[in-house]
Amino acid sequence: MKSRSLNRNARKNFLTYGLVIAAYAVLQTITVTGSISSSLKGMLVPICAYVVMAVSLNLTVGVLGELSLGHAGFMSVGAFTGVTAAMALQNAVPYPALRLLIGMVVGSIFAAIAGVLIGIPVLRLKGDYLAIVTLAFGEIIKSIVNNLYVGVDEHGLQLSLLTNKLALAEGGKIIINGPMGITTIEKLSTFTAGFLLVMLTLFIVFNLVNSRSGRAIMAIRDNRIAAESVGVNVVKYRLMAFVTSAALAGAAGTLFAMNYSTIIANKFDFNTSILVLVFVVLGGLGNMLGSIIAAAALTVLPEMLRSLQDYRMLIYAIILILVMIVTNNPLLRGYIDRLFGNLRRKKAPVQAQEGGDGHA
Amino acid sequence: MKHTARKMLTFVMALTLLVSLCSVFALADDGAFKVGGTGPLTGGAAIYGNAAMNGAQIAVDEINAEGGIQFELKYEDDSHDAEKAVNAYNALKDWGMQISLGSVTSAPANATSAENFADHIFALTPSASAPTVIDGKDNVFQMCFLDYPTQGGASAQYISSMGLAEKVGIIWKNDEDYSTGLRNSFVDKAAELDLEIVAESTFAAGNDTDFTVQLTEMQNAGADLVFLPMYYQPASLILSQAAAMGYEPKWFGVDGMDGILTMEGFDPALAEGVMLLTPFNADSDDPATVAFVEKYQQLYDEIPNQFAADAYDCIYAYKQALEAAEATPDMTAEELNDLMIEQFTTMTFDGLTGTGMTWDETGAVSKGAHGCVIENGAYVGLD
Amino acid sequence: MTFLNYVLSGISLGSIYAIIALGYTMVYGIAKMLNFAHGDVIMVGAYICFFAVARYSLPPLVGVLAAMAVCTVLGILVERLAYKPLRTAPSLAVLITAIGVSYFLQNGAQLLWTPNPKVFASVVGTGRLALFGGQLTVSYVTITTIVSCIVIMIALTWFTGNTKMGKAMRACSEDKAAAQLMGINVNSTISVTFAIGSALAAVAGVLLCSAYPTLVPTTGSMPGIKAFTAAVFGGIGSIPGAFLGGLLLGVIEIFAKAYISTQLSDAVVFAVLIVVLLVKPAGLLGKQVREKV
Repeated sequence: MKSRSLNRNARKNFLTYGLVIAAYAVLQTITVTGSISSSLKGMLVPICAYVVMAVSLNLTVGVLGELSLGHAGFMSVGAFTGVTAAMALQNAVPYPALRLLIGMVVGSIFAAIAGVLIGIPVLRLKGDYLAIVTLAFGEIIKSIVNNLYVGVDEHGLQLSLLTNKLALAEGGKIIINGPMGITTIEKLSTFTAGFLLVMLTLFIVFNLVNSRSGRAIMAIRDNRIAAESVGVNVVKYRLMAFVTSAALAGAAGTLFAMNYSTIIANKFDFNTSILVLVFVVLGGLGNMLGSIIAAAALTVLPEMLRSLQDYRMLIYAIILILVMIVTNNPLLRGYIDRLFGNLRRKKAPVQAQEGGDGHA
Repeated sequence: MKHTARKMLTFVMALTLLVSLCSVFALADDGAFKVGGTGPLTGGAAIYGNAAMNGAQIAVDEINAEGGIQFELKYEDDSHDAEKAVNAYNALKDWGMQISLGSVTSAPANATSAENFADHIFALTPSASAPTVIDGKDNVFQMCFLDYPTQGGASAQYISSMGLAEKVGIIWKNDEDYSTGLRNSFVDKAAELDLEIVAESTFAAGNDTDFTVQLTEMQNAGADLVFLPMYYQPASLILSQAAAMGYEPKWFGVDGMDGILTMEGFDPALAEGVMLLTPFNADSDDPATVAFVEKYQQLYDEIPNQFAADAYDCIYAYKQALEAAEATPDMTAEELNDLMIEQFTTMTFDGLTGTGMTWDETGAVSKGAHGCVIENGAYVGLD
Repeated sequence: MTFLNYVLSGISLGSIYAIIALGYTMVYGIAKMLNFAHGDVIMVGAYICFFAVARYSLPPLVGVLAAMAVCTVLGILVERLAYKPLRTAPSLAVLITAIGVSYFLQNGAQLLWTPNPKVFASVVGTGRLALFGGQLTVSYVTITTIVSCIVIMIALTWFTGNTKMGKAMRACSEDKAAAQLMGINVNSTISVTFAIGSALAAVAGVLLCSAYPTLVPTTGSMPGIKAFTAAVFGGIGSIPGAFLGGLLLGVIEIFAKAYISTQLSDAVVFAVLIVVLLVKPAGLLGKQVREKV
């Protein structure tokens, strides 16, 4: 039974990689041949960033089983530190791709540090209390970045909080300008960079989930006390999942920010955290492929509804509610399963103990 | 595999929409210039985007009815967000936009103006007033005047030269570039003029309801004039709470304050004596303004604010420039781009929001700001 | 006197948070769901009252009652249509549905009532009491808010403790299956909970907009989040906890602005929240549930 389920996992992971590669190949082909619409082309990088956000949040919510309402906070940390690094190195590092890479690494390191700082206290809490603290964390980050001024000149980086007290030398430039955020970002992000980040994220997450550590994390999710009693170091494994998730979100933040010429702190607010959470829940907890599809579909959806004009967001809300009801109502689910489910009748029904309901 | 149904459904949903979208693309109308703009049509800033869209639409309808040059206008929603603004801009590009009205608000405009510049699509934004919107982009122009250098400084200058106050207090919104920029330029100019700023206090989105602390600080510092560089919605709260506290300094606003008198249910007595610099006022007896206000009220059942007037002017400025350049609707966006840059840097334009407007190479407009004071629920010009 | 003034405005702001938080906590306690649409029900309540009073010139009291009636119906409808089909679903699915409902209400309000801000006329007038020779002023709105909040808190405590329906609610909150076996109609109990929560939201909306009189379709969202924070702060599910959490949150917010920094006040509020939850992981008055193995 165990080996079969492992096989199935491996098959599913390969399917996920395969689909991502196929999607990349198709989109890249139509981009190169020029038949892609500007609208879709403009969404490729944000889709990649949201996919990474969704997969990394799924690690916290689906695999670790804790509700986080502040994932955008890590994205923010990653975006602002990563872009700052890339911009500060503009003269020192001549290769744009390398600058982007450095930005992402720096972004994920800082997000990971934030993850540790917030994770140590937060992970002592449970359920909605943990959720509210992550929400609080996201708001604190937003509040601080809105009051942060960072500039660079030949002496290096300068920081100032609350008001702009930077005394930059001749030729220096301001990078983060309080509420105006960063306004002169070089657009370094490319679809290929986004694709590579998605692949790396999947690689990290799948390997973590399928490792000894991953099984420990899921054991903690399913029954913390039982896991503890067999000697699993709860704090260590929970922190491991949480920090990995934060670091990936940081890299996604840098990718996202460097796709636009401007970024402000208010972009990464509670609503963005919720948006990513919607991707995760819609795609299925613990289901990475689901997260990818949901993130892509829901990023594209509002754009497709543009022809509805004023009613766009209203219809979006209705679709969201209907999808949640249809996919979660037992009656309707049973009906859909009958429609599609003939081939799966033989499968064990409670396999993986309803992996999705970690936070029930 | 409990997620199969869910996955399937998401997939089916996405596919259906993809198909439905493909059928939506409108057929090009050859005889008209396609003008596109993005603005917040939904969400907290929706009032500004809708005003700009409506104002521009009125101008387009008037011009089309004359039978000469023809416009086709399309506004896309950006929810006051840079990411969505770029999406909206790309949707407009797919539609075939030839000239652009940029974005209505500054943060999205920072993002779309970079796209305009990269794509060589000319932009004339009605109301995005941050200097960063036009900075370094030869084809992005503004209809409103630049906040920071012009308006904040001009306000300080005005207060100082009129001797309006000894001690000035400022309340500003510290997570908004519009407000922060105005405050910074005001403070710089005040330092130059030896205008004493005795208290400063801030608020941000999310705690912009209770102003007791900010007002108490102003009061305790003895500020006899309070500068409010912000839009009219928080300003109306500040005025009503100050009245409730019995604090009555002089109030000095900025162009974003315009609109306060037209809020449904607002007691104009609260705004009595508020001074502001604004390029447009709906109560003017200038015949063009009267006609515009009447038409706007008829169509949209409300009094237009300066966003509507700015957007209206944008369309007429385009008309003048296109006619002068003898441009035709079959030109590409890039051809029009070069023509418009040439026209806008040389022409003089008279509109609702000012007369004798000119633009320099950076894209900044030069037009006069009128000092106004609110008396008996109406704007009265100050001199 | 400045200090006392701050305390008063803190309590006034806090009372509004508390009334919203009471609605949150009721629904959470019984239905075990975070109803993120609660803040938007507040907005709807405020609009109904606004239209009743400003457009149809009805007396303010009628406006409040109309708002309560509409919100009650709205609350029951939302529960029936959106939440009831998900009774057995994972709580996260319900959370996302609630967010969908929140988007729906905000965008619906924008279509119906335009995004233009409305100025709400206080239902109790703009007068104020001057104490200590005018050094300390208390507006009627503040007094009304504080009094309403205390009355609502006491009434709810009495209701859940002493009435049949209240006991049924507590039973559902403990164990739905067992409650059903005892002959309690779980569905109608949950509907009543939503009805009460939504009626409270209407009251909160009217008071919120009386104290801070601009009304836009997004009016409810930030107070909603703050009240949610307050409910957790006090211990979610606990009625006195929501009351205490709301009041404290309001006072801390005002004090953070006054004595630390207006720019960072939100950061300070949330930092205090984190610290409190670290010391008291189940909130101030929350029950520390012992885990059974």
